[in-house]
Amino acid sequence: MSNERHTIVVTVNGQRYAREVESRLLLSDFIRHDLLLAGTHVGCEHGVCGACTVQLDGLPVRSCLMFAAQADGHEIRTVEALASPQDEFHPLQQAMHDAHGLQCGYCTPGILMTMTAFLDAHPSPSEPGVREALSGNLCRCTGYQHIVDAVLLAAERMRGAR
Amino acid sequence: MTTRYFGAPVKRNEDRRLLTGQALFVDDVELPGLLHAALLRSQVAHARIKSIDVSAARQRPGVVAVYTAEDLGAYWQPGPLLVPPPPIAGIVFNQRCQVPLAKDKIRHVGEPVAIVIADSRYIAEDALADIVLDLEPLPVVVDLEKALKDNSARVHDDVRGNVAAHVRQTKGNYAQAAAKADHIIRRRFTYDHGASQPIETRGVVAKWDGRANQLTVWDTTQAPVFIRNGLAGMLGLSERQVRVIAPFVGGGFGPKIMMFYPEEVLVPWIAMQLDRPVKWIEDRLEHFFATSHERSQIHDAEIALTKDGRILGVRDVFLHDTGAYDPYGLTVPINSQCTLLGPYVIPHYDSTFTAVFTNLPIVTPYRGAGRQHGVFVIERLMDIAARELGIDRAEIRRLNLIPKDAFPYDNEIIYQDFAPLGYDSGDFEPILDKALAAIGYDEFVRGGQARLREQGRHVGIGVACYVEGTGIGPYEGAKVQVQANGKVSLATGIGTQGQGHFTSFAQIAADQLGVDVRNVDVVTGDTDQFYWGAGTFASRGAVVAGNAVNEASLVVRRKILKLASEHFECAEEDLEIANGEVSIVGVPGRSVRLGELAVKANPMRGAVKPGTEPGLEATAYFGPPGGTTAAGVHAMMIEVDPETLTLEILKYVVVHDCGTVINPLILAGQSHGGVAQGIGNAFYEHLMYDTQGQLLNASLADYLLPTALEVPRMILDHTVTPSPLNPLGIKGAGEAGAIPGGALFAQAIEDALGLAQKGVELREIPLSPNRLWELLNPDAAALGEASPS
Repeated sequence: MSNERHTIVVTVNGQRYAREVESRLLLSDFIRHDLLLAGTHVGCEHGVCGACTVQLDGLPVRSCLMFAAQADGHEIRTVEALASPQDEFHPLQQAMHDAHGLQCGYCTPGILMTMTAFLDAHPSPSEPGVREALSGNLCRCTGYQHIVDAVLLAAERMRGAR
Repeated sequence: MTTRYFGAPVKRNEDRRLLTGQALFVDDVELPGLLHAALLRSQVAHARIKSIDVSAARQRPGVVAVYTAEDLGAYWQPGPLLVPPPPIAGIVFNQRCQVPLAKDKIRHVGEPVAIVIADSRYIAEDALADIVLDLEPLPVVVDLEKALKDNSARVHDDVRGNVAAHVRQTKGNYAQAAAKADHIIRRRFTYDHGASQPIETRGVVAKWDGRANQLTVWDTTQAPVFIRNGLAGMLGLSERQVRVIAPFVGGGFGPKIMMFYPEEVLVPWIAMQLDRPVKWIEDRLEHFFATSHERSQIHDAEIALTKDGRILGVRDVFLHDTGAYDPYGLTVPINSQCTLLGPYVIPHYDSTFTAVFTNLPIVTPYRGAGRQHGVFVIERLMDIAARELGIDRAEIRRLNLIPKDAFPYDNEIIYQDFAPLGYDSGDFEPILDKALAAIGYDEFVRGGQARLREQGRHVGIGVACYVEGTGIGPYEGAKVQVQANGKVSLATGIGTQGQGHFTSFAQIAADQLGVDVRNVDVVTGDTDQFYWGAGTFASRGAVVAGNAVNEASLVVRRKILKLASEHFECAEEDLEIANGEVSIVGVPGRSVRLGELAVKANPMRGAVKPGTEPGLEATAYFGPPGGTTAAGVHAMMIEVDPETLTLEILKYVVVHDCGTVINPLILAGQSHGGVAQGIGNAFYEHLMYDTQGQLLNASLADYLLPTALEVPRMILDHTVTPSPLNPLGIKGAGEAGAIPGGALFAQAIEDALGLAQKGVELREIPLSPNRLWELLNPDAAALGEASPS
């Protein structure tokens, strides 16, 4: 296997990082262990569970299905950037807290990064619409009901705030 | 005590850290000089090891060390027996525990053979490919019935017939009861429970500090105290030299209490050998083989009834697949054996099981822990009895429920906690009534279903009852301490994997100590914070640790009042604790903050009275005399597509009695999550092993965990029968949601498709569209099997 190295420049949560990485380094490992942003979790390493979801140029992607080198020149957002710098929750974080949308919390960062992007694109979602959007993220604790409630609650509050 | 939090839907204290990505999970531990481990795992299920050559792996740049069983020297030992067999007369138990690395022989796919330590996980995995393993394949033992034959290959060379255990338990005299029966039903049932698949896999990080002579281990375990004790013993250290931390753990559901997994034995030892910190994180593929799960039981069951539907007795003979080793003893099959009795009066019971070694991964408890299997058997027998006797299926259940004046109810056999299986309390009929009302049972069976059918819709209902023995001993403890800043610190020894302990325990303490629930800082799963405990299993955290928290808080409350009464020179009865301070009732302005009292309780100079203990602190322990029995009824309405045999859940009802409720929000979450796992087990998840012991669907793309589209919105309701076995009246609730799913699906699908009229009975779990098609088209299915395709 070629272990060629690449110099990449990525912007993560507004901060620019220039790093040298191996070709094969997964974006998830780069974010977690090189940049030490451990809020992004890895659940399956084959793109099914969605725990490692981050936003790449505003869209949710699975960071375990990308190489760090492929992120060169792109902008990434992780769960650490969701709350305001004053530590104020994003409306979906607040709604997840209010509706008990998390138990062990391991899948939660991926769900937040998937569903905040969904809410940006769908300000008035239906329950089936929320379930469809959520169906790419596995949660083994909650049975999803409280997560669905949280997303609908966040949508309502975000509409009210507009 | 003024109750402000107990029983209220308090939002969770732990959420902020989890929602902002700041919670520490094991793989988040980064240490200077950290090395990474990868394990070479067997790709075959049964083989003799002829040779292992790791020399090329050792040469690879970046590799620090490679170990085989040989290299472990005297440290290589089979794992300890975690749960010894219960004291049942005539029991046979052959203890064969897992080993850290296979030596001489491999007994299941995924069993580790060598471990590589390298500068990165990537290099460690590269080096696995450098290892040359020469194996002599052996015949593979997979089929439970064939395994018992004399001529079968043996998983353990010295265990004839692959019998891991043989247990018979009886109540009354079944043969005599059956002789008087009007009606006897005999059937074979197979129930296959799957893998827990927490979204966080397992992981271990270990660091040896030579200066402090201390080992620190971060482990995704449900039982950190026992991991510490075991590691200390294995490594020749005192318990005090070992600190085990189970930080935030991303779901457990049972398999994370198995011990010792090979990696838990290897990683700490290697960290000491190399004097470097070492991390191992399981990947998802490994998880399918390296983490225990549950599997199959085959039951040959018989029920004896009167013609009006009363149960006279049940006889059951079953086989239980325990996998290649049996370190968890008999917990799973004993649970099946006991839970089969359910909420019913079964005067005579004769149950025998044989646990069988196979060349498959180890079976240990997974949420429900064998209870599903037993519930499936009795609930299916009830359905068949209802049909054959012409009695409504809800009514035959009602007829046989243990009446509320019969508690405590003695089932006379021995449960998993070694105590007699007694039901401490309960009132089952209202649970059934509520479930039937919520699902609309009467309307449905009296015309609703027929009307839907006329519209071409295949809709059916399932109703299933269960009990769950929860909150078993031995004990848990808690330490409660008022800090100088007025906050309360609370530590307990159990691990937590999402159950909301940081909040429910805080609720209990906050009420006793008059502080804001957010000002109770809970620590779980750190052996340096709390020394004693057993662990999180058997739906026992809230019951056992919760009551310990209450006891410790009560002692601290008394200390606060005593000190405050000295401070104010008044009687304790004149004092009240609220809002973080103690004040004199009816005297505005006379109050003292708890933090100030905490400082006073630790004077720096002067003499104290004899017997004085410093601080506002107490440690207390709680051990119940036996388990407390929770009960419930689930009801489900489904619509089946008769062409594709896919189904949609139209309505799902959970009515549950888990005694006094600490936090209804957390309880709802536990119920929802349990039901989702029950649905997965019943219709989506199936560990598909072939005859060579190979798992054919070892990925989350093929092993189907339910998503938000498969799990419906649920309707929850409760009844409350407080447990008399603990002061708070709590019963456990963690596993219940997952227990009746299989029974519910089989009944509802039969009902929707009118299978009784077609002479088809669903006597197995998991089901799936494919499997249903095979059962409905046996001739075509047999043809498919015979053709070479």
